[in-house]
Amino acid sequence: MSILVDKNTRLLVQGITGKSGGFHAKSCMDYGTNVVAGVTPGRGGETFEGKVPVYDTVGEARTHTGCNATMIFVPPAGAADSILEAVDAGIELIVCITEGIPVIDMMRVKAALQKSRSRLIGPNCPGIITPGQCKIGIMPGYIHNPGKVGVVSRSGTLTYEAVWQLSSRGHGQSTCVGIGGDPINGTSHLDVVKMFNDDPGTEAFIMIGEIGGSAEEEAAEWIGKNCKKPVAAFIAGATAPPGRRMGHAGAIVSGGKGTAQGKIEALKNAGIEVASTPADMADALLRRIKRG
Amino acid sequence: MVERAARAAYNPAAPHHPMNIHEYQAKELLDKFGVANSSGGVASTPEEAEKIASSLAGKNLVVKAQVHAGGRGKGSFKNGFKGGVHLCKTPAEARELASKMLGETLVTHQTGEAGRLVRKVLVAESVDIEKELYIAMLIDRATSAPVVVASTEGGMDIEAVAEKTPGKIHHLAIDPLLGLQPYQSRKLAKLLGIPAALLKPACTLFENLYRLFIACDCSMVEVNPLVITKSGDIRALDAKFNFDDNALFRHPDILAYRDTAEEDPREVEASKSNLNYIGLDGNIACLVNGAGLAMATMDIIKHCGGEPANFLDVGGGANEQQVTEAFKILIADKNVKAILVNIFGGIMKCDIIAQGIINASKAVNLPVPLVVRLEGTNVDAGRKLLAESGLELTTATDIADAAKKAVAAAA
Repeated sequence: MSILVDKNTRLLVQGITGKSGGFHAKSCMDYGTNVVAGVTPGRGGETFEGKVPVYDTVGEARTHTGCNATMIFVPPAGAADSILEAVDAGIELIVCITEGIPVIDMMRVKAALQKSRSRLIGPNCPGIITPGQCKIGIMPGYIHNPGKVGVVSRSGTLTYEAVWQLSSRGHGQSTCVGIGGDPINGTSHLDVVKMFNDDPGTEAFIMIGEIGGSAEEEAAEWIGKNCKKPVAAFIAGATAPPGRRMGHAGAIVSGGKGTAQGKIEALKNAGIEVASTPADMADALLRRIKRG
Repeated sequence: MVERAARAAYNPAAPHHPMNIHEYQAKELLDKFGVANSSGGVASTPEEAEKIASSLAGKNLVVKAQVHAGGRGKGSFKNGFKGGVHLCKTPAEARELASKMLGETLVTHQTGEAGRLVRKVLVAESVDIEKELYIAMLIDRATSAPVVVASTEGGMDIEAVAEKTPGKIHHLAIDPLLGLQPYQSRKLAKLLGIPAALLKPACTLFENLYRLFIACDCSMVEVNPLVITKSGDIRALDAKFNFDDNALFRHPDILAYRDTAEEDPREVEASKSNLNYIGLDGNIACLVNGAGLAMATMDIIKHCGGEPANFLDVGGGANEQQVTEAFKILIADKNVKAILVNIFGGIMKCDIIAQGIINASKAVNLPVPLVVRLEGTNVDAGRKLLAESGLELTTATDIADAAKKAVAAAA
């Protein structure tokens, strides 16, 4: 079992003829992901890697291939439009890898998503992988092993770090989700935490956060009240210099939330084992499991 | 894709310095969108200052040094002249004041000892203030929507107001698809206690400010103080802007406001190569891919008793050239006693990093020990390149090992 993606996922790649889009579409296919279609406006009728049909629009790709997930590699200026096109075509799962989408564009996308049945992962994320079944994104496939530990993170490379530690200690992963580092994203820590809690294939999970915002605090509160599975967490940025803060008004709106100390306290209060360093993430989960 | 165009500072969770603009540039933006503020202009010479002052004939004047630093009024110039903000009455006085500021170095509590060279002064009307208010607009990540923050307690540190008298801070949520509606402007005016006679101009000011906020892709605009003058006007007396770096590609006019003379030279160099770099005070230089891992690497260096010299995220799409440039920037920092490279390749390929390290060491002699930890995409090719290069370096097996070795090397 897993969450969001598995061997039945039929993947579309938006921006498949671009340099990165092509490279990673190929690497997902090599991993075993069922890539059924690509979209690049103006390139309809071509084939990718000699077998994947390319369409001009997401609607056509959906009609002809029944794709139920999409991976977006469209550059920032057009990425929000690509997400909206996927929403309009009714694609169930939209994974947007693109980094650098203007916040105001994402604000409008978020409003459109709330009226749809699509789920967006990202943007500015590494993607999502259910080891051995389906990889949608840019993560190095070989570090993952099928197993029963979930991983959810804002940061791509820290996700790899956690996965590597788990795999090195003989623990495989159910599903790993990179939700992305942007201020406005489609899926929150809490959304994924709830899915892991409901997934019979996930026995424990690691949540990786960063300073800023209050998503980790919200997830921690819910875990404290509702989650029956062992959870470990790490918060990056405890020693980061202040200066990324969005001015005084930002601090006011967030109500003083967002510091590493505040987040770590909220996590501990919820019974979550907090890793003391980024090298300690897998061990922290093992300690939490042992504690029972 | 996953291009790094305008990426610096893009990950909001990562440390970054947003692009700042000068007070006179903020005034230009306010003027462009019809947001009432004080009349005046910017001068590069004492003659220009006099001319602007003449055009404001009969009004009380203020001459303000233009640097990106707070505390200008209480600062002092290296030539002995006190204060970067002065009131005066005549064009001749304005000229005299400008001559004492232009081309001189102003030191304030925010500039450090080096101070900042003043290249321009703002000459503006000094208004008589009846009441000081506060208004800010920003994107609230919790609701994914704009929010207006308003308070009757303007002209002071708004964080202190929020702490002591939270009841005096008002939040007004804006529907991202509808924008600020006229009734919401009237509501804001009421919350701010604006007198009935000023209701219309106040609403116009709020609406124009919101238009500016959205049209310029601001992540925040903060007007403090918003004033009611003794002569019965409402004006945005001082405005601070933060822009969404991701959106600067569609605002060449705002990008042109950037003043690199006001920034950390290390960061200016880094931004030329599209590297996300923040200079710090420690002695262990870091080169990492991904903002989260970069922050975590700083965390573990501190945990091991060391001090990071910088935050540097080379991102996912960096090429050999960028990696080489990154090394040059790290080495140029004289405080650096060791360099730690921590790469977990996803998009980033380890062989690219390895080749960048090799190129950089050919271009410049590495003056300090180098600790390298590589993992992820093309890791074998990367390790092989390094091993065959004959470079003197210490390899690390994981992030903890890397941090320990870097701290030991810098000690």
